[in-house]
Amino acid sequence: MIQPTFIDTGVPFGGATAVLWIGGILIDGVEWFLAHVFGAAMDVVADLLGTPMLEYPYMQRAYLAAVCIALTGPVVGTFLVHREMAMISDTLAHTAFAGVAVGLFLNSALSLTLSPLFTAFVVAVVTALLVELLVEHAGAYNDTSLAIVLTGGFAVGSILITATDGGIAVGIDAYLFGSLATVSTENVGILMLMSILVGSLVTYAYRPLLYVTFDASAARAARLNVRLYKRLMVVLTALVVVSAMQIMGVILVAAMLVVPVAAAAQVAQSFKQSILLAILAAEFAAIAGVTLSYTYGIAAGGSIVVVAIAVYVVALGFQKLSHRLPNVGQLRSQQPDQTRDGLEADGGERK
Amino acid sequence: MTAATTGKERSGTPLISVDDVTFCYGEIPVLESVSIDVEPGSFLGLVGPNGSGKSTLLDLLLGLRRPDSGTVSLFGEPAHEFDAGERIGYVAQDATKAARDMPVTVREVVEMGRYPHRFFGRFSTADRRAVEEALEQVGITDLASRRVSRLSGGQRQRVFIARALASEADLLALDEPTVGVDAESREEFYSLLHELNTTGLTVILIEHDIGVVTTHATDIACLNRELYFDGDPSTFLETDALARAYGTDQHVLHHDH
Repeated sequence: MIQPTFIDTGVPFGGATAVLWIGGILIDGVEWFLAHVFGAAMDVVADLLGTPMLEYPYMQRAYLAAVCIALTGPVVGTFLVHREMAMISDTLAHTAFAGVAVGLFLNSALSLTLSPLFTAFVVAVVTALLVELLVEHAGAYNDTSLAIVLTGGFAVGSILITATDGGIAVGIDAYLFGSLATVSTENVGILMLMSILVGSLVTYAYRPLLYVTFDASAARAARLNVRLYKRLMVVLTALVVVSAMQIMGVILVAAMLVVPVAAAAQVAQSFKQSILLAILAAEFAAIAGVTLSYTYGIAAGGSIVVVAIAVYVVALGFQKLSHRLPNVGQLRSQQPDQTRDGLEADGGERK
Repeated sequence: MTAATTGKERSGTPLISVDDVTFCYGEIPVLESVSIDVEPGSFLGLVGPNGSGKSTLLDLLLGLRRPDSGTVSLFGEPAHEFDAGERIGYVAQDATKAARDMPVTVREVVEMGRYPHRFFGRFSTADRRAVEEALEQVGITDLASRRVSRLSGGQRQRVFIARALASEADLLALDEPTVGVDAESREEFYSLLHELNTTGLTVILIEHDIGVVTTHATDIACLNRELYFDGDPSTFLETDALARAYGTDQHVLHHDH
């Protein structure tokens, strides 16, 4: 009974070859873009700021990749966090690691030349849909089952890597912790493609996605295909997580979908504003993180996450402060009986 | 199947017609041979102890679940095939959960009422006007750009009513909407519901406070797996349906108003 439903929604299977083919054409486009548009612009900026690092092509690729991740992460993450399923991004990242291992293993065992990134996409999307189907059966997100899938994915990944002959363990660090130096033109192309895909899908389906996030019961009563949009959400999460994995690393990638969103939720009034602020926070963290990473020779993923958390702490502080200072918390002081209620509501957010 | 079995004397086609419905969760029957009609313009109060199948019945009425046996028709169509979602306003039991945390403004929530009219593409002038009118009607225009989580429980409930009004729904279904709302706001909230009902909106309300139901509803259905009573409030108070539905060891909540 599960099988047919699954194939109905199996986005990646039919489109896999097409995606690869389009990808090939895109790489040329991305190369041209990097050399003549983005690269040229960065050269100008480098001259203006007197920072030679911006002239290195690999740093240009790293910045562009980081900018794309900081766009797609919060856009998808905002819906996830407010559906209280932030955990799924971490779960999918860890199963994506198994996907990478599957690719490396198949290449070694069957002498194929699959891109590990491609197998990671397939495994993550399939896991995303399976998890969603389980949830549809159980009726609720379950921490325990997500933890089992997360550790299970990672376990399978580690087994496959040790079972594979040759020195493949060498490249694993780059997947686990992310790396700026290994960001290829191909990776940047995939990230740009994902940004366009995720950006346009979320813009197009904004209302259904928001309704499902805010009040799934009412959305269902309004005859919206809630299951479809929940599935879309997890598939988008898988795509974002895998494409961001290269820079952020498997272990830290989920932070990009969660931390900027949590920061924005502290200060935003509207949902649209919260998405926008989350993107801004993420862009700041990404650019600052990559810069710190280059300057001090430290891990990029870690630097980005630490900056993002710093932004979150500042937002939290600002939010707390706005309750103390009457002129900042003007809105809430208009009606005295609401101050208490507002504080209670915010107390819920801080836990 | 309609007037005869329910003993009601209204004419016309019912808005919702439930005929001999049984529903089980796995092996456990939650509803057994329930038949009930909801007339257009009525205010139906669903009462019964916890776990009596009230919420399940509401799901069936709205076509969100399909019965194991029996039929449910909604606006004259089989409930599960009915697709004019904008005609239904639904405030589920957990509806305000997200509203307590999520950054979302009053206007954004009320706009959701227009979503079934326009899930994609730009809102029309009519859409925007419907939103403004709905805000006005429940008296929350001045709160429109406030974050819903900053509102009091009573104000928050009004936002959900406004969402149904913006949708121009014919049917408003609410599942224990005033849990955690202070007594005064509750009274105001139920007066608002009463007022909307008199202007023609059909209301179905699940409520544990029997006093509220007997004061505002035009019909009462008392449920505990089976239907113990279906009729008007004054008759309901004369029968022992409530005591039978709750059983002797159940505590019945009855506030004096």
